[in-house]
Amino acid sequence: MSIQYIILAIFTQIRSIFLTMKHMFAKRETRLYPDHSVYLSPRYRGRIVLTKNPDGKERCVACNLCSVVCPVSCISLQKSQNKFGRWFPLFFRINFSRCIFCGLCEEACPTAAIQLIPDFELSDFNRKDLVYKKNDLSILGTGKYHNYNFYEKTGVYNQIDTSTKNSAHSIPVNIKDLLP
Amino acid sequence: MMHVNFIHVLSLFCKTFMIVFLIIFCSAFLSFVERRVLGLFQNRFGPNRVGWFGSLQLIADMIKMLFKEDWVPLFSRKFIFIIAPVIAFITSLLVIATIPFDKNFYIINLNIGILFFLIMSAVSVYSILFAGWSSNNKYALLGAVRAIAQTLSYEVFLGFSLMGVIARANSFNLICIVNSQKYIWNIIPQFFGFLTFIIAGLALCHRHPFDQPESEQELADGYHIEYSGMKFGMFFIGQYISLIVVSAIITVMFLGGWNGPFFSGYVWFFLKTVFFIMFFILLRASLPRPRYDKILYFGWIICLPITLLNLIFTAFFILLI
Ligand code: SF4
Ligand code: SF4
Repeated sequence: MSIQYIILAIFTQIRSIFLTMKHMFAKRETRLYPDHSVYLSPRYRGRIVLTKNPDGKERCVACNLCSVVCPVSCISLQKSQNKFGRWFPLFFRINFSRCIFCGLCEEACPTAAIQLIPDFELSDFNRKDLVYKKNDLSILGTGKYHNYNFYEKTGVYNQIDTSTKNSAHSIPVNIKDLLP
Repeated sequence: MMHVNFIHVLSLFCKTFMIVFLIIFCSAFLSFVERRVLGLFQNRFGPNRVGWFGSLQLIADMIKMLFKEDWVPLFSRKFIFIIAPVIAFITSLLVIATIPFDKNFYIINLNIGILFFLIMSAVSVYSILFAGWSSNNKYALLGAVRAIAQTLSYEVFLGFSLMGVIARANSFNLICIVNSQKYIWNIIPQFFGFLTFIIAGLALCHRHPFDQPESEQELADGYHIEYSGMKFGMFFIGQYISLIVVSAIITVMFLGGWNGPFFSGYVWFFLKTVFFIMFFILLRASLPRPRYDKILYFGWIICLPITLLNLIFTAFFILLI
């Protein structure tokens, strides 16, 4: 340990003390969360909702894809059928005390029914209150995809959705074309 | 004659009680102030939820501490385990008695005032030793061993750094020492003594960056790992009391105590003490904790020679004049 080293070491200490003191006048970085709400980007994966079609009908077709893809298996639902043959979930439950908000269910859903929205204020006092039923999950709007209607894209013919013309049906398939 | 005596005793008692209560309250409140000031230095808010700007945080902490389970481990040496925080609390509180806050405002005028401070700081080692050993816990024991090695090696020049001041004042009496600084504060002629005393004082009250005994990251919580509830609170508040004591001693020894223009003595004393407390908090915010062996090395190789040189030069100049 040379003298030069010691003096240099002492001066770096004094410098760091001085730099810390300068922070007295700097702006505080903390966000006072409950007082000032935070901005979360639309892609933030928070609370899960079940959305409706633009025409106000239920989007979910109870295909179980979300339940299958969920890594922690916190989605449970049961398929049911209405008199037109359209599938819908009889019950739909998400256990939010297990959900890790990975967003895989949203990726898997073909109808864009299940969506994660930027809302993280989910805390509750009882664990059983964190099991959200279909009523708690459903919202009236379309969520993030305002114009998406699954039955317009699919080739499936469905009695209840005859009002909306299936885009896949309206264009005749050219069987000789190689283009997708 | 009896009547006068009684009133005199009563007023003395009231004064003593007031000072002790004030110090305990201040040191408890310091735990809140420190968090706020640390927040200021680190660009965040400290506790600011309870009361006006978090001013009631102290009461919340107190309630929490009182209602925690005060557990004495079954595997511990019970008597020593319980006596340790009491020693930690009392030793630094006793030093308050000798500190003169103003010309006439002190509890006792001891002729060996500064020696008493050194004695008590030496006794405070026992609290750590007892706590670490009686907890019967490896981490606690390691923390205690570290703390004692550190305190012992820093106590050597804790005393030496004050010797220059004592030589200048020609007395161990704290009031005489303050009076000897009428014209020039000791911080100028005794600058190196001042520096080393700050370092040793920091090490004495286990403040950052000398918080080896607690070092949460390596030793969980050092010597008070098994303590909970009010017994932990005593260690906690005892640390803040010793912080106040060290700041007050620095004020008395190096900054001319109550001396100062315009204001009365109390105000100056208070301002100087608070300045040092804030400085210690600033040190805590800015300096990392050095490695254990480096601390001992620094103490023995750098600080001790500096204090000895300081003492020699002071003696030389005193003989010269
Ligand atoms: S976000 Fe992930 S964990 Fe949560 S329900 Fe969807 S797939 Fe399951
Ligand atoms: S939410 Fe989507 S993926 Fe899940 S069952 Fe309904 S349609 Fe299928």
